Amino acid sequence: MVIYGVALLAVCSLLGLLVGEALGAVLGVKANVGGVGFAMLLLLTITDWLAKRGRFKPVSASGVTFWSLMYIPIVVAMAAQQNVVGAIKGGPLAILAGTLGVVVSFALVPMIARIGRRAPGAAVATSPGRSDKKEAP
Amino acid sequence: MSELLQQAVFKNGLLVGFAVVGGVIWLSYFLSDRVTHGRLHGSAIAVFGGLLLAYVGGVVSGGKNGIADLPAFAGVGLMGGAMLRDFSIVATAYGASFDDLKKSGLPVIIALFLGVAVSFVCGAGVALAFGYRDAVSLTTIGAGAVTYIVGPVTGAALGASSEVMALSIAAGLVKAILVMIATPLVAKSISLDNPHTAMVYGGMLGTNSGVSAGLAATDPKLVPYGVMAATFYTGLGCLLAPSVLYLAMRMIFPQ
Repeated sequence: MVIYGVALLAVCSLLGLLVGEALGAVLGVKANVGGVGFAMLLLLTITDWLAKRGRFKPVSASGVTFWSLMYIPIVVAMAAQQNVVGAIKGGPLAILAGTLGVVVSFALVPMIARIGRRAPGAAVATSPGRSDKKEAP
Repeated sequence: MSELLQQAVFKNGLLVGFAVVGGVIWLSYFLSDRVTHGRLHGSAIAVFGGLLLAYVGGVVSGGKNGIADLPAFAGVGLMGGAMLRDFSIVATAYGASFDDLKKSGLPVIIALFLGVAVSFVCGAGVALAFGYRDAVSLTTIGAGAVTYIVGPVTGAALGASSEVMALSIAAGLVKAILVMIATPLVAKSISLDNPHTAMVYGGMLGTNSGVSAGLAATDPKLVPYGVMAATFYTGLGCLLAPSVLYLAMRMIFPQ
């Protein structure tokens, strides 16, 4: 049933946020520390475990996928209630902050990809299916 | 008659929110398709449309909560509020698998951590250059340069001001749009023509809509590889930014 997926998602979210609150309290940080991240790890672990045993039916899964597909609309709704007027004063900051990271990240891609290749054919050898697809185009 | 309409709108705020956001997204995908011919992903235009609505709402109401400060659109505030936001973001982790990440190997893990760190440092560095000196604002803007989801999640967790949150989202939006536009242009020079590099690229850049649209514009066959790696990026950012990275910033910039 679809509610199983939604309920699992809710439980994972609540537990993750709880762990985040607890970690925040332990660290003395007045904040939820990584709660969403923990919730994600929890959801991944549980759905992976259930799927391997055939216990996570597609109907249940649709309760999770629906909400994952809703995340862009929800992010849009979230964007629509930000203090943009206040932010516009700092326009160049946002553009520079976003651009600089992208430029450096792009520049590092070939270097990191080379690390993988140095271990001879490691990425290809462990996944024959992938190397087939690679040669297709 | 107008009173009836007003009652219906005020009593069903969340539904109004769904309808308004649905309209924004429809228009965005229409513009993406017809005007930019798919070069600019619909979701990036939609987020930009959201920020535009927030600007209009802010100007009209004079408040800090964008369009949600107008009573008729209060439901947008509920839809984009903390509860549903966290709920749907957690859901996006579903479908990623530990096994696939392990198969992709060490370089992708390095790319994920390095990608989050590089974007964070660049974002925080720019914020520093613009005069911000408090750890919460620096972390939130740095996190925004990671992705436009990590930014507000981090900002909400740390209690950043709405202005810093908006800057942080804007930085992430700049990143997403830039990745979409730049990926097909730089693909050749970074050898982005195989699954291995696509996964490293997904791990380094990480912004979901940026990576999926950027790869789709480069070679649709590479999309699942890049997106698979990128799925972990926002989660990793949400895990690291409000915790380890924030603590590091607090050590450098004690309150």
